[in-house]
Amino acid sequence: MSYALETRNLVKRFGGFVATNDVTLKVEAGARHALIGPNGAGKTTLINLLTGFLEPSSGTVLLKGEDVTRLPQHQRVKRGLARTFQINRLFAKMTVLESVTLAVCERRGLGARWWNPVGSHVEAIDEAAQLLAQLRLLDVAHHETRSLAYGKQRLIEIALALAAKPSMLLLDEPAAGVPTGESRELFETIAQLPRDVTILLIEHDMDLVFRFADRISVLVNGGLVVEDTPEAIAKDKRVKEVYLGEALDG
Amino acid sequence: MTTTTLAGFDPAPLQRQARWKRAEYAFWLLPVAAYFAFGDQLALLSQIAITALFALSLDLILGYAGIVSLGHAAFFGIGAYTAGLMATHGWNQPLAGLAGAAVIAALAGFVTSFLVLRGSDLTRLMVTLGVALMLFEMANKLTHITGGVDGLQGIEMKPILGMFAFDLYGKTAYIYAMLVLFGLFWVARRIVHSPFGHSLRGIHLNMARMPALGTPVNARLIGVYTVAAAYAGVAGALLTQTTQFVSIDVLSFPRSAELLLILVLGGTGSLYGALIGTIVFMTAHHLLSDINPQYWQFWLGALLVVVVLFARDGVMGGLRALARRLPGAAK
Repeated sequence: MSYALETRNLVKRFGGFVATNDVTLKVEAGARHALIGPNGAGKTTLINLLTGFLEPSSGTVLLKGEDVTRLPQHQRVKRGLARTFQINRLFAKMTVLESVTLAVCERRGLGARWWNPVGSHVEAIDEAAQLLAQLRLLDVAHHETRSLAYGKQRLIEIALALAAKPSMLLLDEPAAGVPTGESRELFETIAQLPRDVTILLIEHDMDLVFRFADRISVLVNGGLVVEDTPEAIAKDKRVKEVYLGEALDG
Repeated sequence: MTTTTLAGFDPAPLQRQARWKRAEYAFWLLPVAAYFAFGDQLALLSQIAITALFALSLDLILGYAGIVSLGHAAFFGIGAYTAGLMATHGWNQPLAGLAGAAVIAALAGFVTSFLVLRGSDLTRLMVTLGVALMLFEMANKLTHITGGVDGLQGIEMKPILGMFAFDLYGKTAYIYAMLVLFGLFWVARRIVHSPFGHSLRGIHLNMARMPALGTPVNARLIGVYTVAAAYAGVAGALLTQTTQFVSIDVLSFPRSAELLLILVLGGTGSLYGALIGTIVFMTAHHLLSDINPQYWQFWLGALLVVVVLFARDGVMGGLRALARRLPGAAK
């Protein structure tokens, strides 16, 4: 069968250091797939290889069966692959609506239009507003991004990714830096996303992972150790060792 | 067509941005007032209009796209020589000269944009500087074409559209330069408020995010660099046509550096900052060099330091801060 996202023997070396070691990962369409692993396991490097921010040393990345290994980031986005960032990458001096409208315009192929003002593209603004409503950001639509609390800014991260209407969404620690109460709310919002959006989630908080994911892959030292259902992962000896080891080290 | 389907949501604040404000209408009455008030200074006023267009060009790439350039005179010079050489070879219709200068400068901008895309801000600064230096020395060396340090002479312009001849008092020249400035300002204003201009701001604010939105960042930067080069070329052509002479100074490093100074003084990323910076700089230059022809740059330096330290975003930033404090006076 065809997967929403697939890697084959993906390797990334930085000098002598192997950050991604022969990763073959399959994400089924519609899945809620989580990628976990201790600090420094290479989770973000893997995301960067998937999105095209980094080029792999060898191996292939397939999106809906199509080889996208050599495609630049923006063309993968056009093919339905969107991401959020572990550390916010937002437009500090734009309002929330401006930011999301910018993203919507790009997806609609209006990004290079240079004559009529943004405000005249009513359908794009309308779509951006719908997204803001979905993420409960509508009341701050005209606020500057930098004036908002961190939790709200995390939601803008997600809004910008959703504006690309992705079929495959990579969430890189969406709740990082968000207070516990707000992170529950954030995950409720993510859980409500329709199933035609496949999600690959990187997360540290095991509670959240086990409640959200229906499939979990464990990454250690750049390589995949095991992939299974949450129930099986919870019982897995190797996984316990890895996390116990980290707890003892830390 | 200004409403959306979402109940209780008002998109107006976003849509208002592109609308002309009252202060803008008032601003554009200044050139008209200046024509009557300073009728004996039209040569200076034409210079201000031309430099303002040049500064506008730099604002497009620096203020909006975030590309720092120390060699923008390259395109100004290319435009100036193009218009000059066209005129000395029998193409002396002014508007044809402007068009020719725009096309050649745009071409040069397009080609060099690929160099500018590479590397960090410092690399870009050096590349723009290097390109301008090379062009300067080429113009210096190719004396049989450019006239070298003696300048390009023997330029005679036909009346504009066959109707408006350049006169001794510089009336036609001033009105011509000002109309071109206004027309191109109007176009630039549309560009910066369009989705394209919006995406440039996005690139400036967060370059790393844009590819994740699906934006071909390089294509956008090539686009704006090419347009800005055309603008600079037209400014250069205007100088040639209104002074009927091309000095090798059009390509000089001080011209590029001065331009950067003007833009920082006025404030980047608002278009009006470029215009106001030019007015302040040229007027200060004029007045200060009258008082003290040798050391006028001392006061200019002092002014620059004060503006950069105490008024962020230059004169425009200061004006905006002032407008916020006087809520009644805003808009």
